[in-house]
Formats: sequence, structure tokens, C-alpha cells
Amino acid sequence: MAKSAQATRNEPLAGRISGSAGVALTPAKPATRISLRADPAKAKALSKALGVDLPLSPKTSANNGKGLWALWLGPDEWLIIDESGGGDPLTALAKTKVLHSAVDVSHRNTAILVSGKGARATLEGGCPQNLSDRVFPVGAATRTVLGKIEVVILRTGDTDYRVEFWRSFSDYAFGFLSETAKDCLA
Amino acid sequence: MLLIHCPYCQEERPELEFRNAGEAHVERPRNIAEISDDEFEKFFFIRTNPKGVAYERWRHIHGCGRFFNAVRDTVSDKFVTTYKAGEPRVDVARDADGIVRTKGAAQ
Ligand SMILES: [Zn+2]
Repeated sequence: MAKSAQATRNEPLAGRISGSAGVALTPAKPATRISLRADPAKAKALSKALGVDLPLSPKTSANNGKGLWALWLGPDEWLIIDESGGGDPLTALAKTKVLHSAVDVSHRNTAILVSGKGARATLEGGCPQNLSDRVFPVGAATRTVLGKIEVVILRTGDTDYRVEFWRSFSDYAFGFLSETAKDCLA
Repeated sequence: MLLIHCPYCQEERPELEFRNAGEAHVERPRNIAEISDDEFEKFFFIRTNPKGVAYERWRHIHGCGRFFNAVRDTVSDKFVTTYKAGEPRVDVARDADGIVRTKGAAQ
């Protein structure tokens, strides 16, 4: 029997590190990502299947404490990020009887972790979104703009942010954040 | 930077996240196969281009992705109000001070 070809996923930013005093830029580890669209009225059944409560308010996120995140992107749209390794959110969702659209975008997206006391200032070097504690607390998540590209920003800690974007923009994003990290030196 | 209130995100967001999507409340004829070429041209191509109060569709394209309606004063570039797609046209009027405001039960 002929061997079938196996596609291996190359992380676009593998091995790259950058930052400056007070801020570190680290490529996020590989993750499974799902673009999920569904009627929010059906969120309960989908949450049960996924093992994480789909957030229903603008700019919020939820996680199960084991590396599975659900980010509110719109009234009927979520980004699911699974870093746990063993999980298979797509199969889990397929088991529900609820009408939904789930697309595996694991290969489309990649992410950079921006952390340290200069993290927020680094993002503010190119993001028009208000990232102050009052309107963007820990757990907040949104789709927005960084420089010339679209990104999704998730605040995972006081000085920790995850920036998700399309992999074809990864050089741009990494370069942009490296430059703004230098600019935010206190 | 101009801030625009997204009725779905329920907050003001930077202008860069939005895209204009043409005139609002343009209704597609229900009997589109039967209308005349002139009527089709009117529906498909002809748009108002007011100096003053304009009803527009906008899309929060780099945010929640939703389309919504906005009333904008094209003279001052001020947004008078925004509301969800499918909601009825909001009445506005220009007050004596020259500022356009919503009227009645709007908002
Ligand atoms: Zn929005």
C-alpha cells in the first residue's frame, strides 16, 4: 500500500525571541484553533460539548484552566484556542446536534506572547484599542488592529497578553512588536 | 482618532476598526424579476448624497464583524447615533444650535 503524504506543521516564528528591558516577545506554542459561529441562544449545548463556557458578553473570554480558551469575537462568533495538546474541539463540537459552523484555523493563525511590565506599552505602540485596566482587564479579549494588520488580543495576566494573527503576517507582527518594545523602554 | 459606538460591542471603538458600507435602509424590491430596468437602476445604483444628515451602513470589520446603521452629520463628521441592523430608522433633527440630535424614543 502506498504511503500517504504527511503534512508537518512548521511554526512560522519557531525559535525567534525578542523584546527589551521589561518586555519579552515569545512565539506561542502550537495550538488547535477553531473559528466557531453559532446562535448565542445555542451556546449552552456547545459549551457543554467543548468543556468551556462560551462567553456571551462583548470583549470577554473564558477558559477551563487546562489550556482551553474561548474568546468572544462577535455576537455569534468565537475563537477557540486549545493549547492542551490532547484535546480535539472539532470532534467534540461535531457530537452536538446544535446548528453551528466550526472551522479549524490552526494552520491559519499563530500567536506571540507579550509579557512584562512594558507589555501594554508595547501593544499601544500600534493598537488603537483602549487597553487600560478599566476597559481591558485580565481576561478581556477582542479583535482589533495592530499597525496594518488585524489581530486578536487576549489579556491573560496583569502584564501578559496573547496576540493572535494570521501566519502570513507573522514576520510583520514580530518585527512591529520588536520595534515598539524598544520604543517603550522606560 | 474618531470613536464610533458599536451597538453590538456596546462601546466606543477606534475608527480604524470600521468600514463604511454605503447607504442604509435601501430595500431590495420583493418582486425583483418583474421591475423595469429604470426601477432596477434606481434601486441598484442611485444613492442619496446629502450634505447634512446621512443614514449609512457601517461594519465593525476588525471588531465584532457585524453590520449596523449609523446616522452621521456629513458637515461636521459627527456620528449622531448608531443602532443595530434591522432596527427601524431613527428620527433625528437639527436643533437651533446647529447640532443634529435624535428625536423621540430613539436610543
Ligand atoms: Zn462591534
